[in-house]
Amino acid sequence: MNEATAARPSSEGEAFEPRIVAFVCNWCTYTGADLAGTSRIQMAPNVRIVRLPCTGRIDPLFVVKAFERGADGVIVSGCHPGDCHYTAGNYHARRRFAVFRETLSFLGIDLDRLTFSWVSASEGRKWSEIVNETTARVRELGPFTSYRDLVDEG
Amino acid sequence: MRELQELSSKLLSEGDVSVVIGYEEGPRGVRPAFIRTPEETNRLVFDHRAVQNLAVYLSPRRAHLRKRGRPAVVIKGCDARAVAGLLRESQISRDDVVLIGVRCGGVYRDPESNGPLSEENVADRCTGCDLREPGHVDHLVGELPSEPPATDRRKSRIAGIEAMSPEERFDFWSSELERCIRCHACREVCPMCVCERCVCEKTDPSWVESSPHLRGALAWQITHALHLAGRCSDCGECERACPAGIPLSLIKGKVNQVVEDRFDYRAGDDPDVPSPLGDFRLEDDQEFIK
Repeated sequence: MNEATAARPSSEGEAFEPRIVAFVCNWCTYTGADLAGTSRIQMAPNVRIVRLPCTGRIDPLFVVKAFERGADGVIVSGCHPGDCHYTAGNYHARRRFAVFRETLSFLGIDLDRLTFSWVSASEGRKWSEIVNETTARVRELGPFTSYRDLVDEG
Repeated sequence: MRELQELSSKLLSEGDVSVVIGYEEGPRGVRPAFIRTPEETNRLVFDHRAVQNLAVYLSPRRAHLRKRGRPAVVIKGCDARAVAGLLRESQISRDDVVLIGVRCGGVYRDPESNGPLSEENVADRCTGCDLREPGHVDHLVGELPSEPPATDRRKSRIAGIEAMSPEERFDFWSSELERCIRCHACREVCPMCVCERCVCEKTDPSWVESSPHLRGALAWQITHALHLAGRCSDCGECERACPAGIPLSLIKGKVNQVVEDRFDYRAGDDPDVPSPLGDFRLEDDQEFIK
């Protein structure tokens, strides 16, 4: 089992803290998250960021893998339409994720566990809101037991 | 039938093609046949049992078939959508293949069925099919048949799953996919699976677990469905080939529905229409993005 899973509180008494993985693009959201940090904006510490060149680089399998490895929620975030560093990566990603989320939903994954957002390099505040909202929502839903059982059983 | 046999015989004897890929009588209904000489063409048949999508033999992944020389392939309207997909993605070149289109009035779900087509035995994909006559073919044979009977079997099953809660849906698919033995028949039979090396066979890093465990089965089916989004020709072969009887065409049907609703795209037999996932519009809906 990987490190992140081992660090998870396991005893009954401890409050559930969701583990959330964020796949973000290097140019906008990562920089926006960086701004949130340098601006000392307080936000939930539940999000682990994975930085990628572009939302167009985010294979839906990354999200599946995050759930497999014990994530309770996933954030996918990148540049606003028109702002893509590679001109059109986010437009392609938008179409791909539109299909992806409905497919996941059909297979039984609660869409409240997934957040898609556009966060620009200047939107540190918006990033902190996305993080807080997603954390609160996933905390409400509780641990992703259906997928976790599947992970733990073999 | 006579027309198909005579045409094949002519193509082979004139040296236009070196093999005709069609259907012949088999132990369970009809089976794919590779006809190499004019004398063998009397084995060719075509009727409601011709469920298989022979476009799968055109995939560049099957290099051993390419070595046999230029093929002529017998295709129905639904198979023409797969051929159009391969042409669209430059997987094959139009000159490399001779397409024998057959006018089709629907096929059975199960190739072992017999008797006239009915609501019970017709394949799900035949409902709403408007390709009685495949377009963009070199030769067209057969009489123009009447429309196949319509069934809302698949639609109602998809609606039934959509009506469940997320937990119920997860349990439903878990119980179905638990039977998956990861034989990958769904991939082998898929005309649009063109990768020389499939992502689920990559082990470093291992994206999709390869053991027959629900975890990998789920990841694989999500992957297959998404790799086919906007490309699936809706031939239903994945479900027919599945030895575990997993209703895979429900997943593909759902994805096709999403693609149609969102991008106004339905797989057709015209290779010049771009695939929706390789394309975008500035004004695409983004109601799910914050």
